[in-house]
Amino acid sequence: MTDRKGPIIFRPYTAFSGMRKAFEMGNANVLKSVDEAGLRGRGGAGFPVAMKWKFALADIKEDHTGYSEERFIVCNADEGEPGTFKDRVLLEEYFELLLEGMIIAGYTIRASTGLIYLRGEYAFMWDRIKKIIIRWREEGKLGENLDGKGFNFDIHIRMGAGAYVCGEETALIESMEGYRGEPRNRPPFPVNAGFNNRPTVVNNVETLCLLPHIMNDGAEWFKKIGTAESAGSKLLSVSGDCGKPGVYEVPYGTTVQEVLELTGAVGVKAVQVGGASGVCLNDHEFNRRICFEDVSTGGSIIIFNTTRSMRDVLVNFLGFFMEESCGQCTPCRYGTECLLDGVLQLSRGEVNGEYLAELVGLAETMTIASKCGLGQSVANPFHSIIEKFRGEVIHG
Amino acid sequence: MKDQRSREMLDQDIRRWVDKHGRDRSALIAILHNVHREYSQVSAHAMEEIADYLGIHPVEVYGVATFYSFYNAEPKGKKVIRLCRTVSCDMQGKQNLVYALENRFGIRFGETTRDGKWTLEYTSCMGWCDQGPAMFVNSKPYTQVTPEKLDAILAE
Repeated sequence: MTDRKGPIIFRPYTAFSGMRKAFEMGNANVLKSVDEAGLRGRGGAGFPVAMKWKFALADIKEDHTGYSEERFIVCNADEGEPGTFKDRVLLEEYFELLLEGMIIAGYTIRASTGLIYLRGEYAFMWDRIKKIIIRWREEGKLGENLDGKGFNFDIHIRMGAGAYVCGEETALIESMEGYRGEPRNRPPFPVNAGFNNRPTVVNNVETLCLLPHIMNDGAEWFKKIGTAESAGSKLLSVSGDCGKPGVYEVPYGTTVQEVLELTGAVGVKAVQVGGASGVCLNDHEFNRRICFEDVSTGGSIIIFNTTRSMRDVLVNFLGFFMEESCGQCTPCRYGTECLLDGVLQLSRGEVNGEYLAELVGLAETMTIASKCGLGQSVANPFHSIIEKFRGEVIHG
Repeated sequence: MKDQRSREMLDQDIRRWVDKHGRDRSALIAILHNVHREYSQVSAHAMEEIADYLGIHPVEVYGVATFYSFYNAEPKGKKVIRLCRTVSCDMQGKQNLVYALENRFGIRFGETTRDGKWTLEYTSCMGWCDQGPAMFVNSKPYTQVTPEKLDAILAE
């Protein structure tokens, strides 16, 4: 048991109640309920979950015939964004809730197999979560005729091995198929041709953990938490200069200032929301709200106090992107290196501030020309840190 | 003689893992995982063996093995220390650990000790930002590591 508190996931829960409610409701009503709840993906992009599921069901006819294809629900447990560790907490403390969420999702999209793509960094959990899956099989909560409901569904774990880019869903699928984790061209989208070319839904750990609660308490209840565009709660992974770092569950719409107060942060100069690929906020912007309408995040909040050098922060992020670029497309492979090199030259005084304009232009090009979210999002921290801490980046 | 024997052992192990995970391409990462955990390296010979079983070119195996940062084609230390270099761990005193580890082993990050026991490397965010600085010894994470705690951790 844990002493965590929060509006949805960190709330008391009766084991198996959400899963059994879903079976009572039937596939179509589960889909309807998730749709009405306005549930959006928690990995960062915020894609409507019900819409993704409907795409994956597109080949099924109205009378529910005509699908014999294998289809997959994949749990993306490859959180690699710097400053994110909420999925670690969910996998360690709420793993059975996650299994229920996967069963509900699998039941709704009529998948017979669920796959958990576990990042290599979390290999230490393997034995423990594997044991839970085996126990569920023995108890008849996974496998054929699950829970006596005539639905066949099993869950397997696939391991990653230390590649940030595999959090991108098509790279994740490539990795599960035994290839280098290089993102695919889209279309086709995974919902049409994903793992082994079958319809595949990839959902975040946190998204799946919300499902049992939505089943139990309904779409209306869920929508009352959060804001108009962002229903429900968000898990935040808070680290950096604060008294109480950790995972917090807050309703969408919570301001950055409220997060700072909650975590006991003082003398704060900047907050990086969304990790290395997110945006940097300065102290005039702490009234911004964490939600899809304002500052959207997969959950990483890194706090910097006035003693920190934002140039060091920028250099650290750029080094991260250079290391983690998969190397497939040139704008990202070469651009990340040029940006890092440029900022280092600037810090040594080898080029002047005007060179910065060229680097900003390069970051813009990367946003347009890179193949996947990795290269496209380098401009987020780059632009926001340069814009707000220009003097510090140039002069140290 | 010793090399000959360990190669035979490797061949047997790979056969066992292929039987366990299957000869499908999607089994490749699981097989590499086993090889790496047991031999802390995926050698050229291991790549050829795996490729034979899966019916693919060895270069395909090489491509995958070298893509992921937790596998290595070159021999490394029996124990690989991977220190998180991401910003939150950086702010919690990562640099002191860099000095302590380099002094202790007499090598720089990216190098292996001459006796082949230890390798020092950096890694990207490990997901322990609330309890940094964090590092792996092989796949086991250690958190809130200080230079004073290193003795106990490394003696394990």
